[in-house]
Amino acid sequence: MRQIVVALGCVLAAGCSHPGGPATAKGLTAEEAAFQKHLQEQFLDAKPGTVIDIPAGHHALDRVLTLRANGVTIRGVGTEQSVLSFKNEISGPEGILVYGNDFTIENLSIEDTKGDGLKINDGENISIRGVRVAWTSGPKTTNGAYGIYPVKSRNILIENSSSWGAADAGIYVGQSVNVIVRNCHAEQNVAGIEIENTINADVHDNVATGNTGGILVFNMPNLSQPGHSTRVFHNKVLKNNLANFAARGAAVASVPAGAGVVVNSNSKVEIFDNDIADNQTANLIISAYFSTNYYNKPGIDPNYDPYPRAIYVYDNRFSGGGDAPDGLELKTLKLAMFGLNGHFPDILWDGYRDEKNLVNGQQPAAERICIRNGSVSVLNADGPHKYKSPSTEMAAYQCELPKLSPVELPARG
Amino acid sequence: MSPACRVRRLIRVAGVALVLAALGGCARTPQPVHYFAEGRPEHLSDWHVVFRDGERLALNERVVPYDLNTPLFSDYAHKLRTLYLPRGTPARYDGSRTFDFPVGTIITKTFYYPQGGGAATSVARTYDQSRDFAGEGLDLANVRLIETRILVRRAQGWEALPYVWNAAQTDAELARTGDEVALELVAQDGTREAFTYVVPNENQCAGCHVTDLKSKAIAPIGLKARHLNRDYAYAGGAENELAHLEKLGYLTGLPAPAEVPRNANWRDTREPLEARARAYLDVNCGHCHSPTGPADTTALSFDVGSPVDRHLGLCKPPVAAGRGTGDHLFDIVPGHPDDSILPFRMASREPGVMMPEQGRGTVHREGLELIREWIAALPGECGV
Repeated sequence: MRQIVVALGCVLAAGCSHPGGPATAKGLTAEEAAFQKHLQEQFLDAKPGTVIDIPAGHHALDRVLTLRANGVTIRGVGTEQSVLSFKNEISGPEGILVYGNDFTIENLSIEDTKGDGLKINDGENISIRGVRVAWTSGPKTTNGAYGIYPVKSRNILIENSSSWGAADAGIYVGQSVNVIVRNCHAEQNVAGIEIENTINADVHDNVATGNTGGILVFNMPNLSQPGHSTRVFHNKVLKNNLANFAARGAAVASVPAGAGVVVNSNSKVEIFDNDIADNQTANLIISAYFSTNYYNKPGIDPNYDPYPRAIYVYDNRFSGGGDAPDGLELKTLKLAMFGLNGHFPDILWDGYRDEKNLVNGQQPAAERICIRNGSVSVLNADGPHKYKSPSTEMAAYQCELPKLSPVELPARG
Repeated sequence: MSPACRVRRLIRVAGVALVLAALGGCARTPQPVHYFAEGRPEHLSDWHVVFRDGERLALNERVVPYDLNTPLFSDYAHKLRTLYLPRGTPARYDGSRTFDFPVGTIITKTFYYPQGGGAATSVARTYDQSRDFAGEGLDLANVRLIETRILVRRAQGWEALPYVWNAAQTDAELARTGDEVALELVAQDGTREAFTYVVPNENQCAGCHVTDLKSKAIAPIGLKARHLNRDYAYAGGAENELAHLEKLGYLTGLPAPAEVPRNANWRDTREPLEARARAYLDVNCGHCHSPTGPADTTALSFDVGSPVDRHLGLCKPPVAAGRGTGDHLFDIVPGHPDDSILPFRMASREPGVMMPEQGRGTVHREGLELIREWIAALPGECGV
């Protein structure tokens, strides 16, 4: 009730929504407009070695900050202190958009962008640390798609950063090579952390909680490169049970609420030493592109590989979860197999495999799903046959795969 | 010549003409075009390419106007485009890419509206250009100037400089960080639509004009054979633009007319629907959505060479559209514009949903209608 009263007061008292001075026609106060102009000039004039300082304060901006120079650092004084707010953005749609190599951004917040919070396109040697991207009204379909979004880039470090409320993925690395995402926090996003069509990624020591899906490793069709070789380790992936709020058609719209770690159509994925708990569809889902509902012949590159291959799961600590799967088909399946009070096993595999490439009825040794995880069990949901003959037979997963090498990034000055 | 002018001519001889010239009012021999090899002049008039002269926006000598078969939509603004090249250094013709222009080339694009009647912020939403011109320049009794963008070819490459016209319409000032102009579009039936006209900042200029993300170089978009292969009503009569440029010594290597590609005029209903739609997508989307552009992350290409399959969006799932999907599964569903993402994003004016991402704050109704018609006529199905 109090909120309603305050809101009404704002409507009646002119200028209330613009503390610090009279509102201009542009939706910013004169002070805010001057700050934005100065900041824009710094972005325009930046050259190698430039450090753009974001002072403490809640800075309202109405236009994307675009950077086109190499070797630039953007530096705030802390995520709580240096806040760039794009609530009234009229031209963007990103908050900060970067086309440049040797880029560092640290210690600041980006709030309420209409599109992605921080997007870096086609960069090399990228360090993102202590960056918080948030949509402050909580999870909403109308929020921007991605929080932190490097794409088609190489040598990327994302650490001590967080994303809140992204309508697609909070921390999303797409079509890139050599990536580390560590010590980050993702909450209230559709996907917490997503590695997509990326080669060589280490995702470790992160917390993904309260998202629709916690940590995703995906390959999408038609893109510049298929991804492979991702290690997901020593993360906490807990209670990712948020109702999916992505717009239909978005890649992550097919992710069921209650998904802990999800591997879709990717290969050489190693998942180990994680705490994965209380994700109500399943703590770990392994699936093929066919389960996303987007598969169709004319729209998909015929060379696209829709199958997950060489997935190695070991030494994780699973608990809880699988007790309230999302979606009618999975609900029905759970009820039929495990009863009203039962739960899915920790690992759910949709059962799609490349039937054209079997050796004695088995996947080739180098392409299997291998599980060395104590007493953990797997449900093969038999997706290819509309869930007719699901199975919890474990023999097929008793194997090992060669371990992947750690990702090493070149040292940066 | 009026007595006042005669007096000024005399005074010019005395060396104080500049002061009086600013007062305008009579025809004069302007200073030649000034190419700045570096720096950012504060005023558009510093360049002496297009300038206020009496009641018109005038073009200097050797400054050639041109138009495109199908132009980029920019909130219903009309555009006066001009090209200036230094003497003796013609551009080299290319069949598909932007011509190779010499250092010293200056391109301007002036965005203006026919006046809408009443307040200066009221502008007309119309395709009628019949009252816009005074000679090759613009008739300021009938139009309101908003901004003039300069693309200048310097030794290190192209640079983009936005200038915003002042309220008195006497000159335009450099606006590196862009600007926002509150306007109201008035339709012929009297309906009004308020919107914010956004002048891009220099980096946003590059958002469209960096068409090759690897080189990161800025380049003109419109100065390609397929856009310029059309007639223009020059002061000396109508002529094909490319032939005219060749005649002026601005272009070499122009092949025979039959070998020069030509985009359709999107508004000419005598041309095939597909050609009109592809011309529209080419110039409105193809600078980003090409195999080399910033939107190559999406695997969606709208440039004129893109094959009519998933590369053009047919049955293609979106990649990073977020809520821009509008709850649709594919970029284009043949035969079904209402199920396609492309027209949904064209119909939006909300950042984060709308496409193109910048350069418009209104919906291009006629362009949207064209694309919807084209999708409705596309054969095939996605078969999901």
